Amino acid sequence: MFKFLLNGIVRDRSRFLFPIIIIATGVTITVLAYCWLIGIGDKMIDDNANFDTGHMKIVTKAYKEMISEKPFDLGLIGTDELMQRINNEFPDVSWEQRIYFGGLLDLPDKNGITKSQGQVYCMAIDLFEDTKEVERMNISRSLVRGRIPNKSEELVISDQVANKMKVDLNDKVTIITSTMFGSMAMKNFTVVGTVTFGLTALDKGAVVLDIHDAQSLLDMENAAGEILGFFKDGKYNAERVMEMKKQFNNPKTTDEFAPTMLDLQDQNDLGFMMAMMDERLGMILFVFIFIMSLVLWNSGLIGGIRRYGEIGVRLAIGESKGHVYRSMIIESIIIGFAGSVIGTIVGVALSYYLQYNGIDISSMMENISMLMNTTMRAKVTGTSFIIGFIPGFCASVIGSCFAGIGIYKRNTAQLFKELET
Amino acid sequence: MKNLTFISILILTLISISTLFLYAEYPDGNEILKQIDENLYAKSMISTSQMIVHGRRGSRTMKLRSWTEGDNRSFSEYLAPPKDAGTKMLKLDDKLWIYNPSADRIIQISGHMLRQSMMGSDISYEDMMEDNELTEIYTATTIGEEIFNKNDCWILELLATISDAAYQTKKVWIDKEKLIPLKEERYGKSGKLLKTTEILEVVKIGKRWYPKRMIFKDVLKKGEGTEFIIESIQFDMEIPDSRFSKAALRK
Repeated sequence: MFKFLLNGIVRDRSRFLFPIIIIATGVTITVLAYCWLIGIGDKMIDDNANFDTGHMKIVTKAYKEMISEKPFDLGLIGTDELMQRINNEFPDVSWEQRIYFGGLLDLPDKNGITKSQGQVYCMAIDLFEDTKEVERMNISRSLVRGRIPNKSEELVISDQVANKMKVDLNDKVTIITSTMFGSMAMKNFTVVGTVTFGLTALDKGAVVLDIHDAQSLLDMENAAGEILGFFKDGKYNAERVMEMKKQFNNPKTTDEFAPTMLDLQDQNDLGFMMAMMDERLGMILFVFIFIMSLVLWNSGLIGGIRRYGEIGVRLAIGESKGHVYRSMIIESIIIGFAGSVIGTIVGVALSYYLQYNGIDISSMMENISMLMNTTMRAKVTGTSFIIGFIPGFCASVIGSCFAGIGIYKRNTAQLFKELET
Repeated sequence: MKNLTFISILILTLISISTLFLYAEYPDGNEILKQIDENLYAKSMISTSQMIVHGRRGSRTMKLRSWTEGDNRSFSEYLAPPKDAGTKMLKLDDKLWIYNPSADRIIQISGHMLRQSMMGSDISYEDMMEDNELTEIYTATTIGEEIFNKNDCWILELLATISDAAYQTKKVWIDKEKLIPLKEERYGKSGKLLKTTEILEVVKIGKRWYPKRMIFKDVLKKGEGTEFIIESIQFDMEIPDSRFSKAALRK
């Protein structure tokens, strides 16, 4: 019977072409919309985790109060002992010390007099001992000119700053700032590369240098602004972070410099953003899938009604109502499945394209200081392969089921009357 | 309607007259400001002082020697602690250069960097640059009198007459006898209180009274403020021109 029905569908183009095109289009749009929304949300969380928040972070209580200002002078002291402790207590997490600080970048002329000057945001990470930090900050891919620092007293600067200050590769520059204890601090560096992170807030004035150089500049030996934690499997686990916080934090301490652990969701309003995204994403997808379902259900319904005459003849020549109904459902299952498979393939293919190529929205983000990537990308997940089947397969089959109910309402006398006309 | 207008004008006139009488009891604010300038400002000054920054992580003491000539030229050298020793600052008119021995660089500080904290203290570079006589920057109104730290004081409200003043308004408590501003509240353009200063000790040097120990507090910063203690000071000394040159920064 299946083969018979399949041949019927394939041989009658009007029975499969239009419904399959509609279902495939609807499924493609559903898959693409899902991957796009997931991609934007996940990228934002990943960028924030890699550049700023980690999956979790350890700072002092005083630092936490002013965390948006990155007050490195209120940072952690005695980090060697602390690193040893957290590495033992939480072996599933990779811990990295970082220092973020503001300063002045000064380019001298031949006589050592200031030629140009600009305010910069310095990010000190472990550039030499742990290549994972270079990977997390995406420095290799972000390089516009030159190379990544490979020895002390070298740094890379934002390409935008380099152009503005007319800094060339191998130019000597001076960073002027104050130490952890407030003294004036100056250190000379060689610019070995320029970068564009694609994050507006950083591209306006970022400088990346090795943490050991920053520790010596800022009088912060055995100290750091923050210690960031990243799960070794690379996946953020909210429940595990909650457990770790309970184990690590001492709510009774009154020491304002006591270390305290923060969840990714405690920072940069990410908790609110994630909750909102989950809620909004669910709502958007629900509405979208609901509308697509109505369209495809309607298409199934029309498909059934269009064959009113044919069904009448089949009933008139003695085919049972149940047999006609079942054959219609099986046909719609075949068409719904085929349309959903085609739609999913096309939707996933387009999503993969957008995952790797993305869409550049930098022109829209010139004045935005949020840590947000200027290239929006889709993300293909396991769900992407099944999400389209809800409107594509289920809705069209349900549409046919409803259309078929009419079969049971038709009686033999009425049938012959219809056939006469 | 006419009666209502007449009554309003009468009330306003009475209020204005009573205000005039009220302020008439106080001396002219600008005159007081002139006397302060005469007391505090000298042709030149050479001083050795201590700056104690009471931060959240403890206190840090710096020692410095300064040479000042008029409103426009000053030079400071940090003598201690070792981390800061050798740092020098030169102010010529509205320009400021800093020399740091570890980088062996002379850097010009300009723009909004001047609003940054100087050596981690509650004093900004801009505060340090504001050496001008008060009468050159502000016009004053005496708004009251009060006993402050057992000293009988006039309260003056100062309004900046130049657009690039570090503080648009100041409220100052002036010792009536010694003509020294014992307390200051410094406000920004928005009217927000930014800094306070209090003079805790004054000394008489020759004919003039001079602050010996004072405390600056940046109200936007946590901490106990920055104490400034003048250990020694000489007025109207001859200072060679070479002292106020960029070459002196590297010496």
